[in-house]
Amino acid sequence: MSPVKPLSPHLQIYRPQLTSVLSITHRITGIALSIGTCVLLYWLLSVAAGPEQYAKAQTVLRCWLVRVALIGWTWAFFYHLCNGIRHLFWDAGYGFALGTAYKSGYAVLVASVIFTGLIWACVVSQQGAPL
Amino acid sequence: MSLRSNLGRVKGLGSAKQGVHHWRVQRLSALALIPLSLWFVTALMGLVTAPHSAVVAWLAQPHITVLLLALVTALFWHAQLGLQVVIEDYIHRPGRQIAAQLVVRAGAILGALAALVAILKISLGIS
Repeated sequence: MSPVKPLSPHLQIYRPQLTSVLSITHRITGIALSIGTCVLLYWLLSVAAGPEQYAKAQTVLRCWLVRVALIGWTWAFFYHLCNGIRHLFWDAGYGFALGTAYKSGYAVLVASVIFTGLIWACVVSQQGAPL
Repeated sequence: MSLRSNLGRVKGLGSAKQGVHHWRVQRLSALALIPLSLWFVTALMGLVTAPHSAVVAWLAQPHITVLLLALVTALFWHAQLGLQVVIEDYIHRPGRQIAAQLVVRAGAILGALAALVAILKISLGIS
């Protein structure tokens, strides 16, 4: 056996399709959300530490760099949630037809953007500019 | 007709019926996280400009405390299971693979415990 067998799929010549891009995006958003869990932990620890530490955390969470990351995490959350539901339907044996897989894929993308927009519209309506 | 050999049968070898355990727990934690995470993100929208006292008052309600404890448990568990598969797929050197799995597991367990303690501390009014 040759020690340098080509990988499958061979990424250099593999033409990406919606389904494969959504699949790897599910993994990437999963990794990003695992890192984002640290923000949730930071928030909980700040609340537990008392009013002063909480006020400090509020300032940190309102800094523009963190805000950009939070908007990204919001989208990653809704993407992973919607696409996760899509995966659960597959696990139950539904939605495998190519046309259905594409339709559900586009639906996941649209829904994730809409939900992200709704969340940040809600934040902006309460405290002004998001950044 | 059984496909298992006589030797395999007499030695009790074969499937331990645990092959889908990881797969199943990943799906079950995902199912739990659908309502829990949606509830939490929605609830957070009511706390955007809330002062510390309001956040504590909200969190200290018994049903909120229970739901948050459930959310944190399912969340860290689901994250660890997912990262485990990613590490298995992309890190091939055995030493690095084991090291990465240990670091992720330790991080997930410590993170989950820290979050659980923080929630209980707030809920029970321990300062």
